[in-house]
Amino acid sequence: MQFKSDRIVALLILLPSLILVGIFVYGFIGQTVYVSLTDWGKGAALAENPEMNLIGLKNYGELFSGFLNSRFRQDLVNAVFYTLFLVSGALGIGLILAILLDRGPKGESVFRTIFLYPMSLSFIVTGTIWRWLLAPRGGINRLPTMVGLPAIGFRWLNSRQSILNFNWQNLPQITAIVVGAAFLFIAFRQWRSGLKKKGFLSLIPTLILLLWALWGARFTPEILSTPEQHGFNLATVGIIITAIWQYSGYTMALYLAGLRGISEDLREAARLDGANQFQYYLNVAIPILKPMTMSAIIILAHISLKMFALIFAMTGPDNAETSHPAVLMYLTTFRANNFAKGAAIAVVLFVMVAVFIVPYLISAYRERRA
Amino acid sequence: MLTQKRIALTVITILVLGLLGTSLSVAASSHEDELTGKLEIFSWWAGNEGPALQALIDLYEEKYPNVEVINATVTGGSGVNAKAVLKTRMLGGNPPDSFQVHAGQELIGTWVAAERMEDLTWLYKEEGWMDAFPDELIDLISTEDGIWSVPITIHRSNVMWYVPDNLDKWGVEVPNSWDEFLEIAPELEEKGVTPLALGTNWTVNHLWESVALDVLGPDKWEALWEGELAFNSEEGIAVWEKLDKIMEYVNDDYSSLSWQQATDLVVEGDAAFNVMGDWAAGYKSTVLELEPKEEFGWAASPGTDGVFMLLSDSFGLPKGAPHRENTVAFLKLLGSKEGSDTFNPLKGSISPRLDSDLSKYNVYSQSAAEDFSSDRLVGSLAHGAAANEGFMNDFAEVMEIFLNSRSAERAANAAQAIAKQNDIQ
Repeated sequence: MQFKSDRIVALLILLPSLILVGIFVYGFIGQTVYVSLTDWGKGAALAENPEMNLIGLKNYGELFSGFLNSRFRQDLVNAVFYTLFLVSGALGIGLILAILLDRGPKGESVFRTIFLYPMSLSFIVTGTIWRWLLAPRGGINRLPTMVGLPAIGFRWLNSRQSILNFNWQNLPQITAIVVGAAFLFIAFRQWRSGLKKKGFLSLIPTLILLLWALWGARFTPEILSTPEQHGFNLATVGIIITAIWQYSGYTMALYLAGLRGISEDLREAARLDGANQFQYYLNVAIPILKPMTMSAIIILAHISLKMFALIFAMTGPDNAETSHPAVLMYLTTFRANNFAKGAAIAVVLFVMVAVFIVPYLISAYRERRA
Repeated sequence: MLTQKRIALTVITILVLGLLGTSLSVAASSHEDELTGKLEIFSWWAGNEGPALQALIDLYEEKYPNVEVINATVTGGSGVNAKAVLKTRMLGGNPPDSFQVHAGQELIGTWVAAERMEDLTWLYKEEGWMDAFPDELIDLISTEDGIWSVPITIHRSNVMWYVPDNLDKWGVEVPNSWDEFLEIAPELEEKGVTPLALGTNWTVNHLWESVALDVLGPDKWEALWEGELAFNSEEGIAVWEKLDKIMEYVNDDYSSLSWQQATDLVVEGDAAFNVMGDWAAGYKSTVLELEPKEEFGWAASPGTDGVFMLLSDSFGLPKGAPHRENTVAFLKLLGSKEGSDTFNPLKGSISPRLDSDLSKYNVYSQSAAEDFSSDRLVGSLAHGAAANEGFMNDFAEVMEIFLNSRSAERAANAAQAIAKQNDIQ
């Protein structure tokens, strides 16, 4: 009985926030999904009672395969590269800085503050400073002239070069091969850990996917009528550098806390076993830091999907080379009045964030239960 | 006797009428003095345009001392942020009393089509504005159902800027067409001078409309927006081909320069010409403190002499404006000669009224005002007059397709596709 009334009290206390979160978070997510399935944005989009008709997934179809939406596809590719480079760059540099500071150099606290400081700036401030630094005729490009070398000619923010190009028409095959490879990896691990039967089962989707990608795809219709090249735009390098500069201090702090948490005994034991410093970090410390790495990846990955402010400050709205789906969403919604398509882009971004966050939440929840 | 009586009667009638008239006007003015409450004006005029807006607000407060004016400014180049804030406010049912909007399709296609504005035809008739503004300008802010805003500024889009002394030094003359420009451009390049200074992406759109006006001429330019001439017609493609040739002669770091930096290239003698709207005159004379005609010169952009491609800021009366009376008084001030001539000299634009007091304006504005009253007027695309916001936004992507592929045909086809998508047909 006691237990039951306890529950009721807990529920009552939680109720206000449940209702608020239900309306203002999940209600609006639902509203956005609904809008993305309509055609809101034609003609009198801003009327008091705008005309909205359900048109199903047409907006999504246009985004991924419409002739006029190639900017969205490039933005999506950009977003993937932003995430990839921001996460790996900030993790790598953060780890190196943390290890250096862990060795207890003189003036450690000063360095720690200096490295952590960029994180306290807003993206707008960082973006404005770095835009000046990376200007084609000034800043970093002029540095070599101070020692008599010719100035650098690289266009950090507006190069039109692009590498690692692929044809968007091949995207289904590429996806199938990547997913197939992932299944293969899972199968291999299961097989190695003795679950041979499970391993065999995991091989089946691999085979289906690879077969389709290499042979079957010829019989399915193309998603685009003309070939369309997308790749890694070199103009994004400037923005990636800026984002890494801002966030490597943060990963450093995470790692440093982790390194300081490792008990001295372990270090002693490693030393007794004859490990040098390098081996200690590689084989003892870094594996122990795995939880830090996990949370850093989650946080950085979702920050990389919220780079709107940084890109807006550094290259403005119309520089499609460095654009991101979030920028496009803003323009589509509030400049072109195409609310439905803007909502569709928002939903795509939402799903991308969910891909990172949901597995993390599930595993964190499981860990806590255990 | 009879005539005497008649005279007396007439005199009395006149007197009575006169008295009535004065008492009426007294009533009207005292009524206006009585205006109280607030007036919220929404605009993107900050920075060096801020003082002009403030002067206008001061004038209003002088006339209606009991009204508290709220200057709701959202900064950001050509209103990119202000428009977003405005849209969320309108959708949320919280309109400002009056807001800045570019005359033309930005007003008609977005707000009038959404039935958010009040018809102002009565105000135009009452204030005698039908003849005060040029017909082409009134057409730009009207539909069949009414007139929807009051214009306050006029800027010209198709202007080419240069430094006269530098041109003499290099031995070139101001080109009269883009073909002439293409002839002298290699000479300039040989001398180490960039023939044409260009800035960030939207300034390429700006250049495009000047080139299009040369290639198509004013009639076909307008046919384009009526949907009578296809963007991928032969002439439509020719515009992009011309632009492609011109782009061979621009500074190659253009996409990272602001329009001011592009202007600087010309002023510093690194580049010969620059096509930019006439706010560049304000920048040069106010910020760089250069002498018009002596230290910087201008001409209509090549091949567009006699045509005035305009953009205009205007203010309307949104339905559901919380302080309607105050807004109407504000709109009357905007449309008046006094209001217009207070605001425009400070902003560096010219008055949309044909009777403005030119002595208040600088040398450049005087010449622009002269052209404005005599030239053929057409609307600008890059600044919201010619096409609706959907098209304008998508056109940025068409330009991106062009700059990446440099294919005139692809760009023209994409332009036609977005025209169809945005109901220009």
